[in-house]
Amino acid sequence: MVSIDYIRYISEICKIKFTDDELEDFIQQFTGIIEYVDKLKEVNTEGVVPTYFVNSNTQPLREDVIRDGLSKEDVIRNAPEEEYGYFKLLNVMD
Amino acid sequence: MDIVELTAMEMKENLEKKRISARDIVEAHIDRIEKVEEELNAFITISKEEALKSADRIDQKVRNGEKLGPLAGIPIGIKDNIVTKDIRTTCGSKMLENFVPPYESTVVEKIRKGDGIILGKTNMDEFAMGSSTETSYFGPTKNPIDSQRVPGGSSGGSAAAVKAREVAIALGSDTGGSIRQPASFCGVVGIKPTYGLVSRYGLVSLANTLDQIGVLGRNVIDATLMLKAIVGYDEKDSTSIDMELIDYIEVLSENIKGIKIGVPKEYMDLEMDKRVKEQVFKAIKTFEDIGAIVEDISLPQMEYGLATYYIVSTAEISSNMARFDGIRYGYRAENYETLDELYMNTRSEAFGEEVKRRIMVGTYSLSRDYSEQYYKKAVKVRTLIKEDFDKAFEKYDVILSPTSPNLPFKLGEKLDDPLAMYKTDLFTVPVNLAGICSISVPCGYVEGLPVGLQIIGNRFEESKILKVARAFEKHVSLGGENIGL
Repeated sequence: MVSIDYIRYISEICKIKFTDDELEDFIQQFTGIIEYVDKLKEVNTEGVVPTYFVNSNTQPLREDVIRDGLSKEDVIRNAPEEEYGYFKLLNVMD
Repeated sequence: MDIVELTAMEMKENLEKKRISARDIVEAHIDRIEKVEEELNAFITISKEEALKSADRIDQKVRNGEKLGPLAGIPIGIKDNIVTKDIRTTCGSKMLENFVPPYESTVVEKIRKGDGIILGKTNMDEFAMGSSTETSYFGPTKNPIDSQRVPGGSSGGSAAAVKAREVAIALGSDTGGSIRQPASFCGVVGIKPTYGLVSRYGLVSLANTLDQIGVLGRNVIDATLMLKAIVGYDEKDSTSIDMELIDYIEVLSENIKGIKIGVPKEYMDLEMDKRVKEQVFKAIKTFEDIGAIVEDISLPQMEYGLATYYIVSTAEISSNMARFDGIRYGYRAENYETLDELYMNTRSEAFGEEVKRRIMVGTYSLSRDYSEQYYKKAVKVRTLIKEDFDKAFEKYDVILSPTSPNLPFKLGEKLDDPLAMYKTDLFTVPVNLAGICSISVPCGYVEGLPVGLQIIGNRFEESKILKVARAFEKHVSLGGENIGL
């Protein structure tokens, strides 16, 4: 069983909060999933190279030429709150 | 002529021969949507005005005698995690309920240039996390074959809309089976292309080393027509591959006599509905009848596919979902005192249960105490799974398996049991881990419910799986289904 304290710690890292009731349910399902994936322990992976990515990935660089990007209006259009054409957040100074 | 009953290819041909107009096609489909959509819920957004405008533009082209694009006049559904400029794109989430993208995804740009007509954005599991379309913030989609049942997922809206003739073809995305499993459940064709064949620019990432945009259609030819229109290198997606383009339509008529097919015994030994297994064995027999060489093969690591997939995908999910912070776009919580609370409250209020669960599992498997045991282990097993396929493709052209171990299940049946839900993707996830291609085609019915056959091919060998699928489709006419002969 995964400890409730560790789950609280994880939820803090990924910025998702749970009520105590939600946590009770959650920990059951979470433990079930972890028990299932524990099956990977059976596999001998000694000396195996990890695959982070399937394609032989090269990151090409393009010529450093200025191109039109999104306009400021387009960028700000979906902001939940904006002011003076900027994303609005909490006041950090009074 | 009943336009919605035509294949996509026929719609296009009738338009080119001026027997029908693009407006006729769009209006017929809008009528159809109005009739069935309330019950079905396959769409999140319907772009009726936009579609009519596109139709008029194409009709003008016809009148002017201009050359028409490869998708001319065909009504298309777009999964709602593929961004569409100026058309709302929600990912099936409260988080993006009001998000209107200021840019266009590459695939949609190609569809528009090809004179395809976008009828709307299709329903999906929230951020594509699910296998039944039930985790959508906009309510579940029903299976058009049996409205008590799920259409599969996460591209359930696309599969249902195609099956119900609301559109002729649709785009979906497939991270672990999200095109093939709903195609199987709705009795349509679904293609998951090789990783890198289709640009992902504008696809909202779920697990970016596994995600691939693909297509759904009512027959192999229609699906192929759409695939051909969206493939190709894109400088905006550095993981897309620059290679020579193939005319997939042309290869469809090729003979498959003597083609070598492998049937992995580890797949067939996995837990599944016996009736599904029976139908798949019948399909295998069909291939022998049409001259293919079928042999048992071994893919020893397959039983670890789902566990590996689950760790790799949730790890990527946990980092991809970090962008939803309530600042630049999307939902923002009303109440908060600090920046930290703004993040916490926004994400806790706007993400559904399954999304939270996967972010949590991903964060856990990447965390300092457990990453060695889970994430780092899983990426090594991923190598072994990939090597299994590499070895098999040295000898065989394609590999056959069921698409899903079970028939379409009832709404709500697996919603409280995440593990049972994940297991419906048992046969599809290894394909994404290896980055290869695969297609699901209907291969039979059990008590009126469809069974899908999965045909897997090596990297960039779409030609092989498509012609094998087409040969099969031609050979078995499924209960008068529109198979586009």
